Amino acid sequence: MATAAAAEQGMGARRGLGLGGIVFIVLVAAALAFPVVFRLPYHRDLAIRILLYATMAQAWNILAGYCGQVSLGHAVFFGTGAYTASALQMHWGVNPWIGLIAGVAVAVALSQGIGRPCFRLRGHYFAIATIAIGEIIHTLAINWDFIGGARGLTLPIKQDSLLAFQFSGSKFIYYYIVLALMAGCFLVTWHIERSRIGYYLRAIREDADAAQSVGIPVAKYKLIAIAISAAFVAMGGTFYAQYTLYLDPDSVFPLSLSILVCLLAVVGGVGTLWGPLVGTALMIPLSEWTRIQFGGTGSGVDLIIYGGLLTTVAVFQPTGFVGLVRRWRRR
Amino acid sequence: MGSAGRGLHPRFASMFTVPTVDVLVQGIISGLLMGCIYALIAAGLSLIFGLMEIVNFAHGEFLMIGMYTAFWMYALFAVDPLLSVPICAAVLFVVGVLVHKGIIRRILSAPMLAQIFATFGLGIFLRAMAQFLWTPDFRQVSNPLVQGPVRLFGISVGLPQLVASLASLVAFGLLYWFITHTETGAALEATAQDRQAAALMGINTERMFTLGWGISSACVGVAGAFLASFFYVFPYVGSLFALLAYVIVALGGFGSIPGSLVAGILIGVIEVLAGLLIAPAFKYVAVFAIYLVVVLIRPQGLFGKF
Repeated sequence: MATAAAAEQGMGARRGLGLGGIVFIVLVAAALAFPVVFRLPYHRDLAIRILLYATMAQAWNILAGYCGQVSLGHAVFFGTGAYTASALQMHWGVNPWIGLIAGVAVAVALSQGIGRPCFRLRGHYFAIATIAIGEIIHTLAINWDFIGGARGLTLPIKQDSLLAFQFSGSKFIYYYIVLALMAGCFLVTWHIERSRIGYYLRAIREDADAAQSVGIPVAKYKLIAIAISAAFVAMGGTFYAQYTLYLDPDSVFPLSLSILVCLLAVVGGVGTLWGPLVGTALMIPLSEWTRIQFGGTGSGVDLIIYGGLLTTVAVFQPTGFVGLVRRWRRR
Repeated sequence: MGSAGRGLHPRFASMFTVPTVDVLVQGIISGLLMGCIYALIAAGLSLIFGLMEIVNFAHGEFLMIGMYTAFWMYALFAVDPLLSVPICAAVLFVVGVLVHKGIIRRILSAPMLAQIFATFGLGIFLRAMAQFLWTPDFRQVSNPLVQGPVRLFGISVGLPQLVASLASLVAFGLLYWFITHTETGAALEATAQDRQAAALMGINTERMFTLGWGISSACVGVAGAFLASFFYVFPYVGSLFALLAYVIVALGGFGSIPGSLVAGILIGVIEVLAGLLIAPAFKYVAVFAIYLVVVLIRPQGLFGKF
């Protein structure tokens, strides 16, 4: 699959601007113009959530899709990013942008603390370990009064400004901030895919022992992958906190969030550049639609579809929707 | 991003209280009883892992189906959960066989990621389906055959819990006897040890896999029927038991059936003790921490073969 993608890219380069290039430019233009055209808060909120989830799914994809380390506890980094920035702001009045950097630092440190011992575990053991860590940290957050415990934190409302990272008047600027975040994560993944680190990560995914034996520092590159992944998820967390101005453990640390992130990437196409974005752009509106059709979150119709799709994709189409399109295009 | 309907809530008032001896003994007994049921649930998971190195992430949802089967038998036909044990076992056996035929058979040699998400997706699907069909309400068998506490040596024990754990032990014994003392059991064990060699000896490994999934699911069917006589039934009920089962299987050693009995009882007691000695909110923190310690320091568990 990787070689096919590389061949496709090569062909695009020879023809100058291929079909892919045109689609890409149209997409970028559409993304930039979206909040100008769509003025309803509902549409903008939906777009912001899609971009936020796409960032997280892409970050997860770097670790799980390219490096093959399936984490089912990525909400840990989201919550870390959200809580670090917010707690700093609440207790010491630290600017949220500095909080964002601090959140990234804490999340990366945490990711190394988790990765160093747990990367020795293979496959299923690692996946279950990440669930265990996620649940431990979730429970600790519920019981830690310093960060508000189960009641959560309500951030103080300030004058709208870029410096304060608050724009109560409209979702306009929030949209561009999260778009920049998503684009950054996308570009980093793009760079990883094409450079040496990408080949290392894929070699580790296919066979860690073989990768080690040809001289790839497996442990080091797994830690690099989880650091990059954690950093972007943590930035998403800080964004979420500044966007909603309220956070509690059950909204930023739950297992269901960790699972949703994987699901979006897997359905879209795990280990592919476009997969997480495509998956999110398909699944989040689908979830909204079922909510409108069937009413309320209580019915769980979106989860029926999610779960069914996840199994179907895993069994019949492991490269996800992106893989399906590629196969269809090659015919 | 709502939470998954879990019952963890902080109880700051009761943090770090020292329980009396009575309470402690009482707690340990109830931990032992729950531990036997945990062990039966974990045995099913362990059987599958030993057989084909696949973790069934939908195991908890199988348990949930077992509990709902028992509940609906009671609600619709007034059959007590204790009497619907064979029905639950049969229903779940069929579920297990169907899941193997429809999903697992196709991912035996697939990458790890596909193996994880195939059963993970199934779990989400079954949970959401139960919620859609039967609402998220907590349901209970209101007037079961056995109910109320009994006093044993001055300690009060819930009769349904006692019956359920004794029955789980019996079921566990039957499973162990089946694997160690019957020809089919020996064939299962042989398939678990070396798939190819077993096939060369004329064992139909595909049939063994199907049988393994059937038996594994029937185990949670039995456990579910007994649990339904005293535990609430709701769509998310399986998640917690499944998480505990992963910890138990890791502690006992992946693939070791006797290991899961010892580990199940240990986890049952540890859960209660952590709840009593530290704080109720932290009992699962203790259980998950044990998982991490075990897989990192002794990956083969207490009784694992490798």
